[in-house]
Amino acid sequence: MHGQPRRPKQPEDDAAAAAKAAKLRELQVQVLHNHHTYTYTEEALGLSFKLLEINPEAYTAWNYRKLALQHNLKELSDPEAIKSTVDNELRVVELALRQNPKSYGAWYHRKWLLNQKLAPVDFKREYGLLDKLLKVDARNFHGWNYRRFLAKFMGVPEEKELQYTMDKISENFSNYSAWHNRSILLSNLLIQQSEGFESKQKIFSEEFELVIQALFTDPSDQSGWFYHLWLLAQTSTPDNPQLISSWPSNGAKLSLCSARKNEDQNMVSSPSSICCYSLKEGIIPIVLYFNDPVKGLNPTNVKLNSDFVFDKDLQWRPLVITDSGYSNCWATYLEIRNKDCSTSQQFSVEVSIPCPDDIMSRSGSHCNCPVHFTFTIELGNNNDEAHDTDLFHDPISWSSSESFQSHGKPSCVAFDQLNITSALVQEESRWNLDRLSDEIDLFRDLPDENSKFAKLTLARLLLACAAIKSRGSSLIERKGYCEEALGFFSDLINLDPSHKRYYEDERSLVLMDQLTCDMETFMKYCSVQVRSNSATLNHVQLCRLSLTRIGFTERMLWVQMLDLSHNKLRSIEGLEALQQLVCLNISNNQISSFTSLEPLTKIVSLKALDLSFNEIGAHPIDTTRYMCSSPFSHKVERCEAFEECRKKSVNVEEFWDAILFFKSVNLVQLDIKGNAVADKDSFATVVMTLSPSLKWLDGTCIH
Amino acid sequence: MGEEGELAAEKHVRYIVTAEKKKDSFESLVMEHLRASGAYWGLTTLDLLHKLHAVDAAEVVDWIMSCYHPESGGFGGNVGHDPHVLYTLSAVQVLCLFDRLDVLDADKIADCILLQIFNITGLQNEDGSFSGDIWGEVDTRFSYISICTLSLLHRLHKINVDKAVEYIVSCKNLDGGFGAMPGGESHAGQIFCCVGALAITGSLHHIDRDLLGWWLCERQCRDGGLNGRPEKLADVCYSWWVLSSLIIIDRVHWIDKEKLAKFILNCQDKENGGISDRPDNAVDIYHTYFGVAGLSLMEYPGVKPMDPAYALPLDVVNRIFLTKQQ
Ligand SMILES: [Zn+2]
Repeated sequence: MHGQPRRPKQPEDDAAAAAKAAKLRELQVQVLHNHHTYTYTEEALGLSFKLLEINPEAYTAWNYRKLALQHNLKELSDPEAIKSTVDNELRVVELALRQNPKSYGAWYHRKWLLNQKLAPVDFKREYGLLDKLLKVDARNFHGWNYRRFLAKFMGVPEEKELQYTMDKISENFSNYSAWHNRSILLSNLLIQQSEGFESKQKIFSEEFELVIQALFTDPSDQSGWFYHLWLLAQTSTPDNPQLISSWPSNGAKLSLCSARKNEDQNMVSSPSSICCYSLKEGIIPIVLYFNDPVKGLNPTNVKLNSDFVFDKDLQWRPLVITDSGYSNCWATYLEIRNKDCSTSQQFSVEVSIPCPDDIMSRSGSHCNCPVHFTFTIELGNNNDEAHDTDLFHDPISWSSSESFQSHGKPSCVAFDQLNITSALVQEESRWNLDRLSDEIDLFRDLPDENSKFAKLTLARLLLACAAIKSRGSSLIERKGYCEEALGFFSDLINLDPSHKRYYEDERSLVLMDQLTCDMETFMKYCSVQVRSNSATLNHVQLCRLSLTRIGFTERMLWVQMLDLSHNKLRSIEGLEALQQLVCLNISNNQISSFTSLEPLTKIVSLKALDLSFNEIGAHPIDTTRYMCSSPFSHKVERCEAFEECRKKSVNVEEFWDAILFFKSVNLVQLDIKGNAVADKDSFATVVMTLSPSLKWLDGTCIH
Repeated sequence: MGEEGELAAEKHVRYIVTAEKKKDSFESLVMEHLRASGAYWGLTTLDLLHKLHAVDAAEVVDWIMSCYHPESGGFGGNVGHDPHVLYTLSAVQVLCLFDRLDVLDADKIADCILLQIFNITGLQNEDGSFSGDIWGEVDTRFSYISICTLSLLHRLHKINVDKAVEYIVSCKNLDGGFGAMPGGESHAGQIFCCVGALAITGSLHHIDRDLLGWWLCERQCRDGGLNGRPEKLADVCYSWWVLSSLIIIDRVHWIDKEKLAKFILNCQDKENGGISDRPDNAVDIYHTYFGVAGLSLMEYPGVKPMDPAYALPLDVVNRIFLTKQQ
């Protein structure tokens, strides 16, 4: 029931209400009876009509009328008689819609009738009905759905329907339904390259002008802003996706990190080599990071050449899926089988994408920049079996690290990845950039300077410009854009506190961008930690920055030790790209479930995890319950770890998320104190049962 | 949120239990054809308020089964009404509440949705869409309902899940939301259905979560309530449709929960129980359920937590999917 005022019951209404109810009850009983006895007489049909006029939602009565029509038509052959039967049925629908213009049953009855193709359709009548209904309620989505149905039924060209949306928008700018239909029709026409729709730039320029007119007329109306958001997204996506980063980087030398005890002076591996911890598991991940989500990487278009023998048909998998299988970040895993060779040897791996045409972005544009890079793997006489325990002879400490520079340039090669394709801003991007700059100038002049939409749109426009600039190399301009966008987000938090945390999330990404976008700035957060066995870890510390989410991980693919403690992180999505990560500190954040840690299960090298002082176990509603693989989403059908824990009297219904997490990681060090879950009885049993390699738990050596 | 302590839980329980008995008012007669859904709304609310034992389980199960059509395998909205997937899901959900799925022939219902309903080939169409009944109305609501029902019965493997997902994705709009059919305007109710179906089939990667999250969190109006589409009035029932979708895509922190809880609590009839669509409007069981369910999703004290995708209490869903199966 909608829009009925609440009022105290008045006794004088009772009699009338009872009579009304009795009549309805009677009709319902009779119609159901006729339905069950297959009675399709004119009188019986009249009763169903009366019922539907009062209650158009009585779906069985519509079914009954369909059966009756099919039955009665069998006896009719005269086209006129058929037409009048159909007309009568159409009238029933019209009267029902008068009672309830949003009746699903009534609208469907009409579509069903037309689809029967019993009589020629009087389209004037159909459009007349629609005009009448949309005049009363221009947002009735049943009406719009019916209009699209008719257009398809009659084969109305999309150009004509596009004009209709224009008419409706001119009548009243605040018609989201019309803007919506316009976006659908326009994208179809652009994809089909229909006459007059060949140039995306021309069409979008016109659309920008149209919507700006609407926005300046009423800056508080949402309809136009959402349309503008769509246009902006179309304008700011890169014309062609490009590879912007990879692991290993071009020219990198990877080696097994052997314990070098007192051998510092004459190291086995060359000084510029990088310890690759996943080599211990016999695996080297290769990560490719694009500036726009792409699809279509496979062993045919990504070629791997090496003098070392491994499976050439390596499958590429998306690591961070953004939208329908499109991903910025793709990975494959080289298996190094005979890693225990006694003599040291070196071999190189060449990764190339000579014809990147099959790699496509969501907008359908192809990768057009061939890729080529090489890296070297050194396998030495490493008979150091207890490497893991060596690295964790003492628990990882998060503070002491040495400056990056003092270690030569072990990993600096990775930074060159930032310029992997410093391709100039292309011709088409020029148009995008000009368009965006025009928009920025326009919105700065918007009369209502406290419009939250105007500020938000300005911030988005600035960030879109910054993103396009990153494809060129105008760092200062880019930093200026980010700085200004940050200001708008701060304003918005005050202006629209209900959406505070949306703006904080957006701001967090801009912050991440600022901190990592150039080497000079980023180096302040980078260092090297040397372990007691001389093994080194490339360390990045981004602490106490009020980060709420993570971005720009393509600039950190080489990081082995990451400290994100004392932020406001509630999600760690994006970290799965860091395939070299060994130690992660996310203590003192707002992580609230194990399901939100699923990205970590994709990092084979991860050994130490500090989760202390978060909110795991404190919330009955888990907002990432469906973001991870589980029996509820049919991604985990059978799980032996459940059985194992059941045997130890663990309540699987309570700890399923912890079980799924710990069975998928292989930690040596875990800190979990300061979370509600850590105080629960069976929790320690779950951790111990599923983490055979665990050595340090909350600072205590457990074996 | 707790300090308001304003949820008139006992009043609502009484309202639901007595409404069950007032079958002869005009208002309940107009809803007669969807009584199976009414039962689901009322009983789930009771369970969320820890009062499911206030009704006689055996009586409810008997009545639900009297809406069953053995020849098709579907349930009608009431005794004597035609079978439809809408009421089939409601019936299955009610049986889940009482842990009585054993009274069903799960394969038969799965077949109803898929294989041999009456004499046509089943309710899943070539393009992956689903019809509501034999008359062929197609709507993403029916995709959700069919997928949810089959999943609760452990029979999801009986349909072509990839096709079903493909169809839902074809209903995705440029604002990130979903409509009733390809080209249909985004609407919070339809978005819940599509997001819920994608969640249950492990296919959330088809959603642009930031884009949809922004659209959904913009449903919050000045009065704190949520609307279903831009430039519409807030309504308690959207507390469920919008909140559950936001939770499933992990963007629920983008709205102001406190303001929303206040809006819902303001829609209570504190004297006679029940919750209405907007403050001071007439209450009904539908909005009572959506109001309490919304509070549940916001972890309101004293209300059991709900599962956002299956629209059942969390403990019920955990029991169904995590209890060791024979
Ligand atoms: Zn409502």
